[in-house]
Amino acid sequence: MTSPIDIEGGGTSVVVDGEQEPKTKPEEAKQLEGRSPGQLMWIRFKRDRTGVICAWVVLFYFTVSLLAPLIAKLYGKNPYTLYGVDPQHADAHPVLDDFGLPLGYFGGVSGDHWFGVEPQFGRDVFTMLLYGMRTSLYMALGVTVLLVVTGVIVGLIGGYFGGRTDYFLGRVTDFFLSFPQQLFFIAFMPVVTAFFVDPREETPTYFRALAILIVLWLLGWMPISRLVRSTVLSLREREFVEAAKVAGASPWRIVRKELLPNVVSPILIQFTYQLPSTILTIAFLSFAGVGFVEPTPDWGRMFATGADVAEQDPAFMFFPGVALVIFVLCFNLLGDSVRDALDPKSGR
Amino acid sequence: MKEDLVLPAPREAATDSPGEPLLQVEGLVKHFPVKGGFPIRRTVGAVQAVDGIDLSVHVGESFGLVGESGCGKSTTGRLITRLMEPTGGKISYRGKDITRASRKQLAPVRSEIQMIFQDPYSSLNPRQTVGKIISGPMEINGIEPEGGRDKRVRELLETVGLNPEHFNRFPHEFSGGQRQRIGVARALALNPKLIVADEPVSALDVSIQAQVVNLLQKVQKELGIAFLFIAHDLAVVRHFSQRVAVMYLGKIIEVGDRDSIYTRPRHPYTHALLSAVPEVNLGDGETGGRERIRLAGDVPSPINPPSGCRFRTRCWKAQDKCAAEEPPLIQISGNREGHLTACHFPEEPTIEARDEDIVLDPALAALEEAAAED
Ligand SMILES: Nc1ncnc2c1ncn2[C@@H]1O[C@H](COP(=O)(O)OP(=O)(O)OP(=O)(O)O)[C@@H](O)[C@H]1O
Ligand code: SF4
Ligand SMILES: [Mg+2]
Repeated sequence: MTSPIDIEGGGTSVVVDGEQEPKTKPEEAKQLEGRSPGQLMWIRFKRDRTGVICAWVVLFYFTVSLLAPLIAKLYGKNPYTLYGVDPQHADAHPVLDDFGLPLGYFGGVSGDHWFGVEPQFGRDVFTMLLYGMRTSLYMALGVTVLLVVTGVIVGLIGGYFGGRTDYFLGRVTDFFLSFPQQLFFIAFMPVVTAFFVDPREETPTYFRALAILIVLWLLGWMPISRLVRSTVLSLREREFVEAAKVAGASPWRIVRKELLPNVVSPILIQFTYQLPSTILTIAFLSFAGVGFVEPTPDWGRMFATGADVAEQDPAFMFFPGVALVIFVLCFNLLGDSVRDALDPKSGR
Repeated sequence: MKEDLVLPAPREAATDSPGEPLLQVEGLVKHFPVKGGFPIRRTVGAVQAVDGIDLSVHVGESFGLVGESGCGKSTTGRLITRLMEPTGGKISYRGKDITRASRKQLAPVRSEIQMIFQDPYSSLNPRQTVGKIISGPMEINGIEPEGGRDKRVRELLETVGLNPEHFNRFPHEFSGGQRQRIGVARALALNPKLIVADEPVSALDVSIQAQVVNLLQKVQKELGIAFLFIAHDLAVVRHFSQRVAVMYLGKIIEVGDRDSIYTRPRHPYTHALLSAVPEVNLGDGETGGRERIRLAGDVPSPINPPSGCRFRTRCWKAQDKCAAEEPPLIQISGNREGHLTACHFPEEPTIEARDEDIVLDPALAALEEAAAED
């Protein structure tokens, strides 16, 4: 049994001997409840301090970006107001000098603007980052969920039914895999947009989001489908699937009850690796100018701006950059911990 | 029903189960296509895993199917439980042809034919509790036993010698032998009439094998379930089966009641298999040693089996006729009724030692000679 990801469940094989059982004390009666592979995984995960810390950090990011409007309200700024240009603010509290660069130290960090202000327009970096993270994280979450669901469905069907179905799905997968992804994103995004929206009109923001979603989804589900397929291929040969067939189970029941629970761990692992890379891809798209456009706050575009002004105002890049590095690092470490917890035998 | 021509049932089995056999297999064939060629893959040959076998299992009978690794035993078992589509032949259960029955058509028969698998580590879903595993078949077939499924699960666990309170545990919390007991409980859940046990103990530790075999024997006797017991040597089957069939390269080469096979074998291959069983003579009160036969080489490839008698490449009695003509599986003179052998030049019906051991392996022969000289 050399499946890519071991499906056996727990590494700790707690062998319980039927004969020795009477020795257990009555108070341990509750202990008779077996611990499922899932529960064992949870116990192992909780023991992994890096994993737990990273999980909290990641959770923190998601909460903060979800609460972005609320935080911005309490903080009293928003990411749209041009604090450096709008006379209403600029006259009372000037934040930019005559060259459009932030006044003060480190990109204009002050009690009013915690992370400084943007050069030229004087927008508040803190709220831009909050809102930008919100856009990116939840976009990435949506894309990743779509990818995983599609990949799992295609992989399960191909793997379980095999034969012609598998052959056909395999060629479709190959076809989509053959696109040069990064290039294609840049080239295809305007096409998708133009396909639905008259180029002379302003593209609505929700539609940009949809276009990003569609393109990333179409070009991203294949690795997961392949992984699920190969896992299912090895599971299908397992005798417990045959046992279900002998009992008369329908293919649907076998997929649902016998196969799916066993591909959850590889899917979960893949999910934790996929999400940060999707965030980076979305950031890349905005950076390349085919993602979200002004004035929608976006994490990736902050880097584009940052790169433009890097020589005059290197501090601008600092906060979004650090935030991104911490997030991606933590999420990847979290992914490692999840993998170790799910699959202790493959450990280091 | 009139006596079945292909494979008459032995006396004793016939007496306690009058009428037609529970399971009747005729000319069963399974060929796996071998694909090859580039760039267009096409069928270039076939693995003749099972090539025309006949057998019948009667109500409550335990039938042993023995043969070397790769001779098609598991394939036979999987064909009978309809996990695989046969290439040819006929399988009937209680006189009803189930050879090509679809899943829906099979439904009424499904619960009566169950299977116990070889590998206790892969036969239980690691993500399901023991209770779920055992009640699964009941759930699938919509069976609601008296007192509920949970009660039935506990009963079954008790029957197979496990703590009934363990229904909430997961397979990884059990040892190999215990897992196999869970597999037995699952097979019993539907009150089957026939259980195909595919090498149920060969993956287990020797010390545990006996326990599980005893359990199966108990189950078979007490519940009157017929067994098709698959094994790769004659030792395990001996204590278990009333009738035994010996398979070689997809064919049954000898079949008969236990006594005939163990004490009056006729086919050279059966002789060879018996001589490899260490305990076969214990307590039989036989004087003198047993014959010793060592087979040379490997089993030939089932893709391209030898012409005529498939055993001829390893047989010490092979003659030209063996290559030209396939020996039919018949009752040869001197055999008891129901004892069929497929051989042109059968051996004497004895397992007494010969004047000279048959050692077909030249290397082995040289070694033994050297050892004898010392
Ligand atoms: N799904 C399959 N596809 C192709 N060939 C197969 C398949 N299953 C079995 N075979 C081949 O059929 C032959 C018989 O296999 P089978 O598993 O029935 O042997 P066996 O007698 O059960 O052996 P063992 O004692 O090792 O379990 C073997 O040569 C095997 O390689
Ligand atoms: S038929 Fe010939 S080759 Fe086959 S077992 Fe008998 S003697 Fe040997
Ligand atoms: Mg086998």
